[in-house]
Amino acid sequence: MTLTPAELTSAVSGGIGTSPQRPDGNLKVRGEFAYASDLWHEDMIWGSTLRSPHPYARITSIDLTEALQVPGVYAVLTHEDVPGRNLYGLEHKDQPVLAVDVVRYQGEPIALVGADHPETALRAMKKIVVTYDVLEPVVDMETAADDTPLHPGGNLVRHVPIRRGSQDVTAEVVVTGRYEVGMQDQAFLGPESGLAVPATDGSVDLYIATQWLHVDRDQIAAALGLPQEQVRLTLSGVGGAFGGREDLSMQVHACLLALHTGKPVKMVYNREESFYGHVHRHPAVLYYEHGADHTGKLVYVRTRMYLDGGAYASSTPAVVANAATLGVGPYEVDNVTVDAYGVYTNNPPCGAMRGFGAVQAGFAYESQMDKLAEALGMSPVDVRVRNAMTEGSVMPTGQVVDSAAPVAQLLKLVQDKPLPAGTSTDIRELPGGVSNTTHGEGVVRGVGYAVGIKNICFSEGYDDYSTARVRVSMVNGELAAAVHTAACEVGQGLVTIMQQIVRTELGIERVTVLPMDTTIGNGGSTSASRQTYVTGGAVKAACALVKDRLAGRTDIGDEVIDEVTEWRHRATEPIDPETGQGNAHVQYGFAAHRAVVDVDVDLGLVRVVSLDCAQDVGRALNPQAVVGQIQGGSAQGLGLAVMEEIQTSGGKVRNPSFTDYLIPTVLDMPPMSIDVLELADPHAPYGIRGVGEPPTISSTPAIVAAIRAATGLALTRVPVRPEHLTGT
Amino acid sequence: MRVNVTVNGEQRQADDVWEGESLLFVLRERLGLPGSKNACEQGECGSCTVYLDDVPVCACLVAAGQAQDREVRTVEGLASGDQLDPVQEAFVEAGAVQCGFCTPGLVVQAHDLLDRVPNPSDPEIREALAGNLCRCTGYEKILDAVRLAASRR
Repeated sequence: MTLTPAELTSAVSGGIGTSPQRPDGNLKVRGEFAYASDLWHEDMIWGSTLRSPHPYARITSIDLTEALQVPGVYAVLTHEDVPGRNLYGLEHKDQPVLAVDVVRYQGEPIALVGADHPETALRAMKKIVVTYDVLEPVVDMETAADDTPLHPGGNLVRHVPIRRGSQDVTAEVVVTGRYEVGMQDQAFLGPESGLAVPATDGSVDLYIATQWLHVDRDQIAAALGLPQEQVRLTLSGVGGAFGGREDLSMQVHACLLALHTGKPVKMVYNREESFYGHVHRHPAVLYYEHGADHTGKLVYVRTRMYLDGGAYASSTPAVVANAATLGVGPYEVDNVTVDAYGVYTNNPPCGAMRGFGAVQAGFAYESQMDKLAEALGMSPVDVRVRNAMTEGSVMPTGQVVDSAAPVAQLLKLVQDKPLPAGTSTDIRELPGGVSNTTHGEGVVRGVGYAVGIKNICFSEGYDDYSTARVRVSMVNGELAAAVHTAACEVGQGLVTIMQQIVRTELGIERVTVLPMDTTIGNGGSTSASRQTYVTGGAVKAACALVKDRLAGRTDIGDEVIDEVTEWRHRATEPIDPETGQGNAHVQYGFAAHRAVVDVDVDLGLVRVVSLDCAQDVGRALNPQAVVGQIQGGSAQGLGLAVMEEIQTSGGKVRNPSFTDYLIPTVLDMPPMSIDVLELADPHAPYGIRGVGEPPTISSTPAIVAAIRAATGLALTRVPVRPEHLTGT
Repeated sequence: MRVNVTVNGEQRQADDVWEGESLLFVLRERLGLPGSKNACEQGECGSCTVYLDDVPVCACLVAAGQAQDREVRTVEGLASGDQLDPVQEAFVEAGAVQCGFCTPGLVVQAHDLLDRVPNPSDPEIREALAGNLCRCTGYEKILDAVRLAASRR
């Protein structure tokens, strides 16, 4: 076995509030960091997955005969080879490990091949003969609930209503709109991959890139029909995640092949398979009506929104709750009516992606705020500041916001930043760039603003905790610490943060981060911007226990001080199923953006000239990493604004490649000036506020607002494509 | 087939190579050099960028046989022992590394840029790195890293 995860010991010191180098940084720049797709084991074979070409079909037969005869093939497996529960899912167990008699989306796994070479596996896969009775797919999210039921309970996954204040109040100024959000992909660069190694006792080790080791472990064990302790997971190097690794992809498949063949099995998706192999951001259709008085004060907001969950539930119920509870944005509104629907269709399954329901609502409510400003003759910033939430404001759920909510301040910060110079004469800085499509003719400039709100940590009464172990002993005559968790490092820098916390709490400079695995308790999910908060909180709590036992000593001889503890954030509550009332969320995060764009109106090309952001992070434990998160999140918002969409037709994906699914390059990204506020949240460890998601919410509507300002077009759909700008 | 290729100054040999294998596959799976990454395997992302006879290429687009008797330099060949190349050092220092999957390709591409243009302007850096996708950083800190490396070389 080569390339097991390394213990990370950084020689660089630095506690919280500083920006020490990542302990895995040197390995990563040298090309020596072991990602899941880099793993290798003597004797290993390769797994591949046969997937449905149809969005909806009945399977009438599967013939493996020819595939099994291909030299070099060790196994060909179907649902009949799944020894345990052939269903999994984050919230509803509705997704087959391998399809039985029906496929509900294009790309649904049907059979697995294990072979001596990836090419052998692919060739054998093509010899599996599956016959289908192709059915008419359900693809329209607005009518899906009344269409052919795709699951026993029908196609409505969840309806979240919110009723607050008067439901029939009227207002002097009313603006309405219908908005659409396309299906965005996480497009993490490291493809889904892992290595499953069978043990002689029938148990299995899986080295895997994921966001949540324990929930993977539980689902795998159930599918394999094994006790949980016989499925051991170790986090391998993760090449980005952004929500796309919350659901299982090849985890069970690799373990099935490994246990069936008795050989280590490596599975690595290529980019096309990756598009089929993970859930995406829910596309959405959102209807809004905003009523305000003549001063711009909001009187009411009413919205009905549809989120397309695709073929399986994944995290749709929680996404719908986010879209609903955050559906009016960071504004004070006394009268709110929300109906949010998550539905099943035969489109690709959708689940978690950075921003998680708040992104879709954010594009719509911020577009509405601009429309309201225009109707009132107010500036976009003024109408937002007029309604801006503050600490003490009441959410549509009735929850009182009980820590800093500097919405107006964030907007003013981005408004007061210097504007970039006028449209450039250098073609490299014009829309179209070195394609030499314009020298400035037909180019117009616009400025747009947006602000957003995101819940941090898990909500609605979920028991959200993390487990940390801190062990201290003498190394070379000095105290040294090791920190162990199952919390997944996916690139965000949790490994650095954990070292910083231990240094600050214990005053020990030498801190080793042990590989993350399931030999310790649950670390919770790397999602909801929660790991610094929750696992950071657990590491801090474990340090406090260690510190008591150290009792000020700097020499503990042969003693080993080892403390493990679980740490929880304060509890939340479910929301009322009829009225949506309840203290659903732990913490709220806010960010504001100002975007400046140049638009070539003849060709419909957009260049974002600047994208400045202000965000409150409570306290920046690692200022460099915080800015990196804000810039990276802003970039994903830019992608959704002007280029990123998985395009489907009749449920089929039309662009599963980086040739046709575009993500921002360095030429697409403008300079981003970031203002970081540190208004401590008294409820959170060190006062921190989750950072990763808020910038992804406000970036998109700010850019679209700027394009509207430049062109005068209504632009109610993202991503904005050239034809939306040229009308051709 | 058998492929003989010089990699990072060492003569290497790979046997039983299937004709359809890419240079990237041979480096990663047959020569024990997984530093060059496999993010798209169709020449769009740049994560597999290596030098082939001193010219940066996407190793996924080079058939293994095309590398016969040629010189390849990968990200693993940039540092001198424990001493990182200034570009590598700058990437770590500037915070240009998050998940790091794009990093090997970007480091090789930036290394080539600074060999050709010791003090590149921002538009020159952007053009040079335009074929390398990064999903984590928004590129600002990658630009910082290239500027920092340029100032030190």
